Amino acid sequence: MSEALRVVKPGLLTTVQDLGRLNAMSAGVPPGGAMDRFAHRAANLLAGNDEGAATLECTVSGPVLVALRPSLVAITGADFDPRVNGQPVPVWTSLVLNEGDELKFAGRRSGARAYIAVAGGIAGDRWLGSVSTYLLAERGGMHGRPLIAGDVIVATDVPPTPAGLDRRLPHELRPDYADHTLPAIAGPHLERLPAESRSALFGSTYTVSRDADRMGYRLEGQSLDASGEELLSFGLVAGVVQVPRSGQPILLMSDHQTAGGYPVVATIAGAAMPVAAQLLPGEELRFAEVSIETALRMRAAQRAALDSLKS
Amino acid sequence: MKIQPLGDAALVVQLGSRIDTDLSAKAQTLANRLRSRQGVQDALASYCSVTVHYNPDSVSYQTLRSAVERLHQKPAKVTRSGRLHRIPVIYDGPDLPDAAEALGISIAEVIQIHSSATYRVFLIGFAPGQPYLGPLPAKLQLPRRSTPRTYVPAGSVAIAGRQTNVYTWPTPGGWHVLGRTDMRLVFLDRDPPALLRAGDRVKFVPRAE
Repeated sequence: MSEALRVVKPGLLTTVQDLGRLNAMSAGVPPGGAMDRFAHRAANLLAGNDEGAATLECTVSGPVLVALRPSLVAITGADFDPRVNGQPVPVWTSLVLNEGDELKFAGRRSGARAYIAVAGGIAGDRWLGSVSTYLLAERGGMHGRPLIAGDVIVATDVPPTPAGLDRRLPHELRPDYADHTLPAIAGPHLERLPAESRSALFGSTYTVSRDADRMGYRLEGQSLDASGEELLSFGLVAGVVQVPRSGQPILLMSDHQTAGGYPVVATIAGAAMPVAAQLLPGEELRFAEVSIETALRMRAAQRAALDSLKS
Repeated sequence: MKIQPLGDAALVVQLGSRIDTDLSAKAQTLANRLRSRQGVQDALASYCSVTVHYNPDSVSYQTLRSAVERLHQKPAKVTRSGRLHRIPVIYDGPDLPDAAEALGISIAEVIQIHSSATYRVFLIGFAPGQPYLGPLPAKLQLPRRSTPRTYVPAGSVAIAGRQTNVYTWPTPGGWHVLGRTDMRLVFLDRDPPALLRAGDRVKFVPRAE
């Protein structure tokens, strides 16, 4: 382990994330972890890490970081126009930072969350089996909080080798973040929706409201009528579309409550979570009903794209 | 029993739709049996359902569905004897007078009934360490507040429907707050971080200030 990067400016909300802590749900602890797991995994593979190593999840704006030693890094997900010593550098590509190099971001061009992986994997507080930051409980990652100026990112010391350089994930293998159609599988309470609501769910456009964070997004659009007998709380999963009494759906994300009693009318495909993770308030989305088989084919395609980075 | 997908990597098994100790015990038995299955990452029992998280690369929805159906046939050993926790409560909650009035009984009776029953922990959820307890005696059954409170302090002991709970985090909430406890139910630096576990039993003990 050695000091790899110093945080000069933290960005709006930069947290340490990995693939989360699924097995703490029985204690009411959300699974957490990177919102866009494709970008997170790809960043790690490009930096020569295991897919589950911790990365930095940078929300809306990127940090300013200075390299304290040579490191191989990769930046994926949202495009915040990264620069090294002022020069534009490519995303979805492995890069070398030399001691003293400054990585910063000129500004958001698209997407909501960029991921920075460092060869060796970013070290952080491990809580309940994961390094992911869980802000509510102030645990995991960088002492349970977002990065602040002066923090030092520590990673296992892996000297960059020529073989690790300039590897990239081609455009056609990256998620199409511009396509905001989210494939979704019918949920356990879809049959509650009258025909009109059902065609609204799978036909109309919803807008991400200002109430959107790592827990979930409240959506605004055509009201859905999922009324019926009050449900008893049951275990939830990231990606479910809940309908509270207001009729305005809620899409649950990584830090979602572990259980709830609102009707669940759909669950977006796992392969659609990266696109959902890149949405910001004011952006529009649609749900398109798919079968589990279709969802799994999309998952397999993403798996193959990631596997192409293993060599 | 109803089995339905919750996306492409989870499913939910619905065993019924009641707050019932036997159903809850059956759900817990099923969850325990499923947890050791190939491809199952976790299984979370709730009142009368089990949510199963699985890896679709290791097991298919159809295979897991058949496994659930088979396991459900096997008789469940219903245990009613989880660990008993006594939680001291100061009954001075903001909703106590209104709840008593709505129920048509005295405040003393509300306290007496709420603290006489032994509750089952049906689920830890919503927030870290927060228990859902019940069944609440029918004499205390009230619908949720029509306007939820925007802030319910941690430690609040509240009721709604046939349920009672202890808020472990300050959150908005629509339940009727009868009192408060200073007993810690969340220990973030232990694993598991929740004092209570599904299947445990809870008794509230009235305490003066």
